[in-house]
Amino acid sequence: MFNYIPHTEKDISDMLAELNLSSLEELYSGLRSFQAQDIPIPEGKSQQLVDKEFNNLSKENKLYNSIFLGAGAYNHYIPAAVKSLASRQEFLTAYTPYQPEISQGILQVIFEFQSMIARLTGMDVANASVYDGSTALADAILMLSERKKNKVLLSRGIDPKTIEVLKTYLSPQNIEIDFIDLNLSGQTCLKSLNKKLDENVFAVAISQPNFYGIIERADQIGEKVKQSGSGFAIKANPISLALLKDGRECFADAVAGEGQPLGMSLSFGGPYLGFLASTKKYMRKLVGRIVGKTEDINGKESYVLTLQAREQHIRREKASSSICSNQAHCALTATLYMAVMGEKGMKEVASQCVSKAHYLAKEITKIDGYELKYKGEFFNEFVIKSKTKVDDIIKACKQNGILAGYKLSEDEILWCVTEMNDKKEMDFLVQILKEVGR
Amino acid sequence: MTIFEKSVEGRTACPLSHCDVKEYKISSSFLRENAPKLPQVDELTAIRHYTELSKKAFGVDDGFYPLGSCTMKYNPKLNEKVAQLEGFMNIHPLQDEVQGAMKLMNILEKRLCAITGMDAFTLQPAAGAHGEFTAMLMIRAYHTSRNDLQRDKVIVPDSAHGTNPASANMAGFEIVNIPSTPDGCVDMEKLKEAVGEDTAALMLTNPNTLGIFDKNIAEIADIVHQAGGLLYYDGANLNPIMGIIRPGDTGFDLVHLNLHKTFSTPHGGGGPGSGPVGCKKFLEDFLPAPRIRETEDGFEFFKSENSIGRMMTFYGNFAVLIKALCYIETLGREGLRKSAKISVLNANYLRKKIEFLPSYTKGLCMHEFVVSLEELKDKTGVAAMDFAKGMIDYGMHPPTMYFPLIVKEALMFEPTETESKETLDRAAWAIKELYELALRSPEDFHNMPLSTPITRPDEVKAARTPELIAEE
Repeated sequence: MFNYIPHTEKDISDMLAELNLSSLEELYSGLRSFQAQDIPIPEGKSQQLVDKEFNNLSKENKLYNSIFLGAGAYNHYIPAAVKSLASRQEFLTAYTPYQPEISQGILQVIFEFQSMIARLTGMDVANASVYDGSTALADAILMLSERKKNKVLLSRGIDPKTIEVLKTYLSPQNIEIDFIDLNLSGQTCLKSLNKKLDENVFAVAISQPNFYGIIERADQIGEKVKQSGSGFAIKANPISLALLKDGRECFADAVAGEGQPLGMSLSFGGPYLGFLASTKKYMRKLVGRIVGKTEDINGKESYVLTLQAREQHIRREKASSSICSNQAHCALTATLYMAVMGEKGMKEVASQCVSKAHYLAKEITKIDGYELKYKGEFFNEFVIKSKTKVDDIIKACKQNGILAGYKLSEDEILWCVTEMNDKKEMDFLVQILKEVGR
Repeated sequence: MTIFEKSVEGRTACPLSHCDVKEYKISSSFLRENAPKLPQVDELTAIRHYTELSKKAFGVDDGFYPLGSCTMKYNPKLNEKVAQLEGFMNIHPLQDEVQGAMKLMNILEKRLCAITGMDAFTLQPAAGAHGEFTAMLMIRAYHTSRNDLQRDKVIVPDSAHGTNPASANMAGFEIVNIPSTPDGCVDMEKLKEAVGEDTAALMLTNPNTLGIFDKNIAEIADIVHQAGGLLYYDGANLNPIMGIIRPGDTGFDLVHLNLHKTFSTPHGGGGPGSGPVGCKKFLEDFLPAPRIRETEDGFEFFKSENSIGRMMTFYGNFAVLIKALCYIETLGREGLRKSAKISVLNANYLRKKIEFLPSYTKGLCMHEFVVSLEELKDKTGVAAMDFAKGMIDYGMHPPTMYFPLIVKEALMFEPTETESKETLDRAAWAIKELYELALRSPEDFHNMPLSTPITRPDEVKAARTPELIAEE
């Protein structure tokens, strides 16, 4: 049995003596009747043994040689410098920076994170992070809500898993959810939007690029939404923002998103990073922690948690959200990623994703019986409709160490390509598809 | 100086290979006009910048961290090591053949059931408050399923964490605040007055935020249950009773735990945490989806019929779950119980050592205690905030300040079990020094702390003229 307690038997008896007690059990005097008889948990183990057991457990998960699956979690290259800096114990083992004098490092990192997210999204302000991309969009929609309107329009291009989260979050608030379908190009249908955009709608939300990889006409949608007087929220892939129009150019009030592509491992779905940015108008309605710049009494540049009147520890039930712990260490990781990749590197990742995805799509569609489902322009994911059964494709890929795309139906797969996929492995994938198709 | 100010046009540390296929250009109508102004630095500049910032942070690895209600115990390195295993880190949440990951989650669920006396768990919530929100949605779904639709109120004692009323509000409930007794326990008369046909639940932290175990818990449970409400356990303070007293045995119907407190996972400067929610059998069907179950062919995900739905895109903060299970497996039954007991011993020992500060926690405390500096402030002008800042100069993190709200000039100490007697002795000595200084020379506190990169920042200015992002 191993423990992390430094106390010797002598320490314990000395300390108990100080308290005029003779046993640890006496610390629970009066609580005997509440105590459990037995807790069905095995005895402790040595660190060495636990290490080995977890090693074995990790081997029960399959590691693929190449990954063509995205659908909300993306396999990107993580620079060694990012991992190295993120693992510094001062960052890792600190609490929320409540004491600014000894937390300037963490506070400045969050300030830089907010700044990078604001620049990427084209928004005025950003918060210190929320739980993940889906909860970030839920927070954005709730932030845009108005007393006299109760309807939100969601594009069908939003990840269905995110839509499920939105339903969970919005259900207690008497908010009616309606959907805007996609057109044949795979983009959110402007006609359908026009028809549904009535005076009861307080917000419209889309995903950019959408779940099927298609790049939305976000600026045109935003313009329409603005004219109608409702709010506009975009859930964006942060990598795509290195190239695509930002929130401001698309008339967005809020840009939310999943920050996992910014240096976080796939890690079976978490921890990931929700980011949320908005125009100045919503600054005091943003949820969660926000860091601001100020001065100390000697006029020295300083950072503090600020605008706390929005938050639960001050406002209690009137707070804009109950969020307390967020995903700070993931925000740190994203900050490190964007600093190391830099302006050029971010653009390079995005453009490699696009170029490689288009190469693969072109090569796949050369094969007889495989075609693109949507005509619209795509980013790094695309839907292939095939005569060959999807299950057969996935199986053939697996036999060759390839993690195939996401199964949408019996004849449709959502493929994802990132900078991690080189030409050789894409050609290999195409070869496999040719053979299954036969 | 921010990283932006260290940027030089043209620099990059981008480590990618060259693109080996033909460049594809997206139609210009989709493209942004200007590239986002992100940093342009070389790798060493980035390394030095953030290394310097890390030195301006204070973690458990840096020193004593008696931050009450936050359980800042040591974060074992083995946890970090196993969470970094390739077979955990590089698996896609939507891929097949992840039996190891699912088994790990299933074992953790079982362990948490055993520790809390609950029948089922979800590991999905990302933090304590997210767990509270999840549980409140479950409570709502439960009453709705019984067509008990008038239950729209959640009772919260005034000693509760702010997240409690905020989470209940997010789930659409009205909040009924009830006053606590001076030791932070539930005022039984007020509770009896508050419950009724509109009661959905009572949210309770036990031991409470003054570090006292509320011995009326059985009666509290009876009152709430007889009124038709549910009893919810805020797990922020589970540490002192971990493996010894189970919320499920004392009448609670649902709990949330904070794996980043009780189960030793690092707090990361604010997160990620993990806030699993457990419940009794009769509420299991309302747990969020997806859940994990064991079948003849191994583990699989499923959604129960009356599930409240999804709380996150995937399955929760998986890497945090690995660390928590690693801790539980290492300590085992007796290790957990011993940790709980030593956390109580440490708290009582420190309290005894600094008993010159009036304690609001009467009798023996559990894992934490609250002192009030009201008297000291009246006498010397030295407030809880000043005192806390003074502690920084002695190389320790201050305790939680001004919480719970029911105590004036409150300082809340939670030493945790991983601190040695010498550390506590030294802390007690430092606090004594500060106390004597306050009596002798209170004006010295105005400039504290003196040993830090900055002195006290102007928070009013920060809020009045918010500067939330770096200028371009």
